Amino acid sequence: MLEYLQIFIDALNLGSIYALCALGIALIFGVMRLVNFAHGDLIAFCVFAMLWPSVDAAAIVFAGQLPFWLLIPFLLAVGAGLAVLLEIVVFRRFRNANPATMMIASFALGFIIKYFLLMLFSSRPKSIGLWPGLGQQFEFAGLRIQYLPIVNICITVLVLAVLTLFLKRTRYGLEMRAAAENFTMARMLGVRANHVIMLAFAMSGMLAAVVGMILAAQTGTADIQMGASVMLVAFIATVIGGLGSLPGAVIAGFLIGLISTFMQAKLPVDARPFRDAFVYAAVIFSLVWRPNGLFAPKSAKQRV
Amino acid sequence: MSERATVLARTISTPVLLIGMLLLVALAALAVGSGPFNQTVIEIFIRVVLVVGLYVFIGNSGVISFGHIGFACLGAYMTAWLTALPAIKKKYTGLPDIVLTSKLHFSLGLIAALVLAAICAHVVARVLMRLSGIAASIATFAVLAFIIQVYSNWTSVTGAQMSFVGIPIVRSIWPYLICAILTVIVAYAHSISRSGLALRAARDEATAAAASGVDITRERVIAFTLSGAMMGLGGAMFAHSVGVVTPDTFYLALTFTTLSMLVVGGMNSLSGAVLGVVVLSAIIQVLRWLEKGVDLGGATFSIPLGLQEIGIGAVMIIILLFRPTGLTRNQELVWSRWPFDKLSGRNDAAGLKK
Repeated sequence: MLEYLQIFIDALNLGSIYALCALGIALIFGVMRLVNFAHGDLIAFCVFAMLWPSVDAAAIVFAGQLPFWLLIPFLLAVGAGLAVLLEIVVFRRFRNANPATMMIASFALGFIIKYFLLMLFSSRPKSIGLWPGLGQQFEFAGLRIQYLPIVNICITVLVLAVLTLFLKRTRYGLEMRAAAENFTMARMLGVRANHVIMLAFAMSGMLAAVVGMILAAQTGTADIQMGASVMLVAFIATVIGGLGSLPGAVIAGFLIGLISTFMQAKLPVDARPFRDAFVYAAVIFSLVWRPNGLFAPKSAKQRV
Repeated sequence: MSERATVLARTISTPVLLIGMLLLVALAALAVGSGPFNQTVIEIFIRVVLVVGLYVFIGNSGVISFGHIGFACLGAYMTAWLTALPAIKKKYTGLPDIVLTSKLHFSLGLIAALVLAAICAHVVARVLMRLSGIAASIATFAVLAFIIQVYSNWTSVTGAQMSFVGIPIVRSIWPYLICAILTVIVAYAHSISRSGLALRAARDEATAAAASGVDITRERVIAFTLSGAMMGLGGAMFAHSVGVVTPDTFYLALTFTTLSMLVVGGMNSLSGAVLGVVVLSAIIQVLRWLEKGVDLGGATFSIPLGLQEIGIGAVMIIILLFRPTGLTRNQELVWSRWPFDKLSGRNDAAGLKK
């Protein structure tokens, strides 16, 4: 029983990272059908924004020394700022291009961000002690639990709640949902395209910053590759969840986290190295079973 | 004159021009005659095989696949198992005895790689080709990740994360050139075949094509199998060009490099595939030279490390900004017409309207 509680907490912890990242991808996909491959590098950029440029192995923590009530808004601003900058400088010009072109452009942008970081910081992972207090443990019902996963899960729930309120209760949220449903129609009804898209990018950038902070606190390192693997899983989650469906992306993110953690704990030892292969097989199965995603919105249905 | 012969006569200049371009690249290698440049040209030919392989499926079907590099991985390991010396292979205990004790010529390795990749691609296609659009893309990515995960953990057969060393290295450019030319010819033949035409019709107007009796799934399976075979060949060529393979070689970096070349060249045309490889490879080469330092009237000028990749990314974005449908604008190179000139409305090899 206790073991399952532990697995459950781990699954929620991993799932919350995937869910937040998937949300960042789904938000942008919703409004402009862009599969944003630069998202992973955006995450890495937010983490490195805490450091002062140097190619030494030891990180020179700069902004990271700020107290958390200053650091968090700072990183959110960095994420949002960079995402909006990418939109204004690059993606705006690709708005009428086909999805493949946009995708490759976003990939090229991610490439540029990654090698920019590499030039400033070198490719070696650096250790940064971000909020070491979170690594401590406490006892709960005979189980030793770290603070960090609990804090992560709480942050994720908080972010999701704020985002839901924003989307459901404010004018901008309404415009955004309308744009995701049918962009052309929304524009005709007076939704300003540039505002909605920039807002989506800003929110996506902030989500990237949150994911970056969680990853940095969890691993204690800054690595230019750190966003990429999370982004790929999150990308899969957005598709399994049904592209364009924000709740779908979140649920699918948690689902992949759950399957992954559960397999890690319960597979026979011989098969454990193949855990990820099993996860991907499950992904293929899920797509063949429900090509439009598990929670496809009505608008995703193909009309003839 | 039969209809087929007309199509052939109207479009034959495309593969001829493309093969001419490859021959020019080979001649350049001969003229320069230096080892590193030779290796660069071999790299170009390998990429031509890989990117044309991608084109056969992606270009004709319009479905973006992230999974094809996985078949290159299958091909690379296949030829590694068959052609490495028995003394090197003996630690891979999971392999059958007949493989462990024999050593084949690399050309047989290439063929075996092609066959294995074709079979695997066919099985994958049978399962996945009912999907379309972004679901199909993600499913193919999951296939890639599945293959790489299995190969990087299957210690007794692939050596897991350890590099597989000792694959015979082929330094002559000719085998690579022949493979690249054959790939272009087969891709061209497929694109003007009944199956290729039907598939492109389905790409441009799925509903109308289905209503006209095109079995979209079947045509996609054919193209996927064919392109999978080419990827297997390309992977095997890669293995013989450097002599070492690891599963990680065939993961995201190569997937995106090859996809970028295809999209920058023009995803829906064979000429785009070849041109994308040649142009981007040339740019990469120039930036590499700049990184090493160029002698300009006594003063050495070089760009800082890492700027090479940033430069490639920037060039790709700029090309796509000015030509969102790629350098060739999705048209084929045709005799007496250059893609940079104004083109008539004729689109693909068969004159399909856009």
